[in-house]
Parts: sequence; C-alpha cells; structure tokens
Amino acid sequence: MSLEDLYKEVILDHYKNPRNKRDLPGAVLSCSRNNPLCGDEITVNALVEDGKVLEVTFEGQGCSISQASASMMTEAVTGRTVEDALKLVADFRTFMEGKLDPSEEEFGDLMALKGVVRYPVRIKCAVLAWDVLQEALDERDGTAAGAAPHSG
Amino acid sequence: MAKVMDQQPASLDVARIRQDFPILARTVGDKPLVYLDSAATSQKPRQVIGAITEFYERHNANVHRGVYTIAEEATALYEGAREKLARFVGASDPACIVFNRGTTESTNLVAHAWGRKFLREGDQIVLSMAEHHSNLIPWQFAARATGAEVRFIPVAEDGTLDLSELSSIVTERTRIVAVTGMSNVLGTLPPLAVLSEAAHSVGAVFLVDGAQLVPHARVDVEATGIDFLTISGHKMLGPTASGGLYGRRDLLEQMDPFLGGGEMIREVWLDHATFNGVPGKFEAGTMNIAEEVGLAAAIDYLEGLGMDAVREHEKQLTAYAIGRLVEAGATVYGPRDPEVRGGAVSFWYKEVHPHDLATILDQEGVAIRAGHHCAQPLMRILGVPATARASFYVYNTAEEVDALVDALGKAEDIFG
Repeated sequence: MSLEDLYKEVILDHYKNPRNKRDLPGAVLSCSRNNPLCGDEITVNALVEDGKVLEVTFEGQGCSISQASASMMTEAVTGRTVEDALKLVADFRTFMEGKLDPSEEEFGDLMALKGVVRYPVRIKCAVLAWDVLQEALDERDGTAAGAAPHSG
Repeated sequence: MAKVMDQQPASLDVARIRQDFPILARTVGDKPLVYLDSAATSQKPRQVIGAITEFYERHNANVHRGVYTIAEEATALYEGAREKLARFVGASDPACIVFNRGTTESTNLVAHAWGRKFLREGDQIVLSMAEHHSNLIPWQFAARATGAEVRFIPVAEDGTLDLSELSSIVTERTRIVAVTGMSNVLGTLPPLAVLSEAAHSVGAVFLVDGAQLVPHARVDVEATGIDFLTISGHKMLGPTASGGLYGRRDLLEQMDPFLGGGEMIREVWLDHATFNGVPGKFEAGTMNIAEEVGLAAAIDYLEGLGMDAVREHEKQLTAYAIGRLVEAGATVYGPRDPEVRGGAVSFWYKEVHPHDLATILDQEGVAIRAGHHCAQPLMRILGVPATARASFYVYNTAEEVDALVDALGKAEDIFG
C-alpha cells in the first residue's frame, strides 16, 4: 500500500486544476450536500435537455480525492444521456466497492481513483460528488428518494 | 531530523508509563504507532484491561439482585467504582454519580429529565459557540420541546470564550448555563468558576461538559460550583461506554426519571409506578457493570500518576507541539498559552486538506484526527470546513511530536 497508488499524478492534476468548477447559470438541476464526516461541501449543477446531459459543473471545497473525483465526473458524464450518466454513477460506485474492473477506454481518468478502494475511509470522499449528481438527476425524474443512503 | 525538547517533563515517567499500554508496542505497516488522537479516545493500560478480564473471569453477576456470593462481589465492585469516581471529581456523596455510557448520554439525560421538567417557554439555555454537538443537539431538542431559547457565549479571536457581554447573555430568564470544560477543537479551558458564578447569580444551574476536561486536569465539582458534570470514561483510560453524570443531589432528586425499566422502580402496578431514589432511578436495566469496574482501575491508574503531574506533562507537550507546528508552517487554532488550554491542538498545514494530511500521516504510523470534530458551528467561525487535530495524553512524548512534524514534510512532498 503506497501513497503513490492513491495520489496519482492525474488526481493531483484534477485537484490543482479542477475542470468545470464554476457556477452554471441556467442549470436546470442543482443539488448540494456535505460530507458529514469531514464537513466538505459540494454542489453539482447540470444542464439537461431532451434526456441528454449537456453540461455539468461543480462548486465547493474538499480534500483532493473529493475534488478530483468531482472534476473527473463532470468530464465523464457530459454528453451522455441521463440514463447513461446514471449507469456510470452506478458503475462508479461498484468500482469503488472494488467489484468492477472497467477498461481504460470506458473509465479514462477515473481509473486513477482505483487506489482509493484500498483506503475505505476515503471512498466516501470519492463518491460524494457522484451521490450529489444522482440526486440532481433523480430530482428531474421526481424520484429523489432513489439517492443512495449517505452515512457518516 | 529529530529535535527533542531540552528536557523531558520530569513529573511523569513516560517511558515506564508506555510499558503499561500494550497497543503502543504495535506497528502500523512497518512504522511504530504514534497515537495522537486521545481526544477521540484514549488507549488503555493493562491494569484496566486486566480489571475487565478479572471481572468476567471471577466476579461476573448482575448487580443489586442476587443474594449469592459473586453477585455481592459484583455489586461491591460496581458501587466501589461509583465511590471512586465521586471522589475523583470532588463529590462527597457517591449517590450523586449516575453511571451510563458517558458524556453524550449524560447530557441527554439532563436535557430530558431536568430540561423537560423545569424549562418553560421563554426560558433561556446558555451554551458557548465552541460546544461539541453532544452539548448542543440535546439542548436544541429540549428547546423545541419546551419553547425555551438557546443563546450562545461567543468565541473570541484567540480561541478563548468572549465573556465581555456575559451579563447580557446570562439573564434572569436563564435556567441553565452549559459549557465545555475544555474545547475538543481549540483546547480552550473556559474559566469555570466565573461561569458558575454568573449562572448562580441569576438562579440558573451550571453544567460542565467534562469529556475533555476530566481526563486531563483535577476537577472539584463542589469547590468550583458545578451542578452537573458529564464524564467520559473511555477518554480517561477506561473502557468505551463507561463514565456517567455527576449531579447535585437535590437536582437529581427533583428530576423525572430518564429511561424506564427494571431497577429504576420502587413499586409497580399495571397503570403506574413509583421510582427508586438517586442514583438508581436513572439506571434502568442491566448496566455497563464491567465497564465501570474497568473505569475504577483507570482512576486508580491516574491517581497513581497524580492529576497535577498529568496536567503538567500535557502543558509541556502542548507548548512544544504548538511551537514546532508553527515553525513548520502550520496554522494553529486556539489559544497559544498552555496555561489556558489543554492538549487538543487543531491545525491546518499549508495547502494540504486535513483528510489528505491524515491519510499521509497514517502511512508514517502517525494517527491524528481530521474533520469537523463534531463542532460544525465552531468550524464556521474558524472559517474552515475541517481541521487536523493532534491530541496528547500521559503516554505521549516529545519524540512523537517530532514524528508528527517530520511526517508533515511527506505531505508537502506530494502536494507542494
């Protein structure tokens, strides 16, 4: 277990230069949540039209893992259908449970988060933004209750 | 690059003390464990672990019920623990000690059994802005149930309580003043005698959250004028779910029961009941007997060291740690003067988020806390979402502070 497995270059890059970290005027969906474990807060804004995720941004503060994961997420879901985006959210959770071995092609930068699986306490940090995205997308379907339970 | 204090605290023989704590001999990965999270829970000496084992191996029985030998032994050990804890906090009457799982349960007990009975609409509950959630949420519940109002003593820039407006915060409508004895985030030691006087001058009762205070300093409830003191056993070398509540006897007697069930009753009919006297009326069901017996061994251990020596050791270590952290470039929160603070030291190291810092330090065997420390309102005042916190106890050394500071360098290597 080495720190290099956790703090990969890609993660530090997304942390120091977060993508799509800004307000999204005109966003139809927006959800905020904090991680009760550490007090980190995150807001995810999404612009969705005709069942397609046109743009996703995030705001807030947190540790490198939560910020990098949020940054990667915005890139990963943009352009997908809502259905497809929700599938990626589910896949990402399974990935964080160590029960999914995705291809580089499917997951891209997200592969860098693989090391988090070995730090169980930090999985919550990595999943936070994804939980909030799901909440925002479910809100659109009127199924807000579908969000994953949030512990801590 | 070890940089050790010129002189070790002379008052405690820390090397010998460390021999009593089996967990301190273990490693994390290939590094020795450097345990700097005693404000969360303390480690346990073999004397405490042994007392629990001996209880289960030789004396285990339910208390106050059996008429056979081992039941009497168990009762004597359990009641002996009550006498010990009473003496330890300066209470002359052991019946003023209610056993339970610790500070959270104790505050809930008072907020419920005292609060629901005596608080009225428009009454005031005075807390400080530095409270742990366990001395905030129970009062929010009590306020909602009774229509009372919760007011707050602010925290000054330097991390001490700002008492400049105390006379307008504590008023004729104040029924209780409830404050931390030592902040688990800032280390601040509020002036308890001053606050007690302010509460009593308007006829209010005075509660001290003793979670961080009782393990680290001499406490005398009677001399200081403390009406309720919540006590956490697991933070003072005792087992988890040990500890309890000190309450002034007349207050405990006036209060309603808390949990209902066996043991807390006197006579029971199908539609009503009469209740046991104090402290029995607050001890429903089978209690945490072995844990309180373990706590008695912890008190013996601390008294063997002497609480003044414990405090002195921590003062020196805290001053050393603050100095080294500041020198390393960390922002340290809370008072700088070790005379007015205890050994819970919150800090932020350069650009490294506390969660990342804690993960990196763990690789070096250094265990610290990162987070909001169950004090979110205080975090908002400090303007940070979280802090890193190192906290010290009788078994910690200056070398361990050095290990902490050395490990900070690793974080800088990654994030710098």
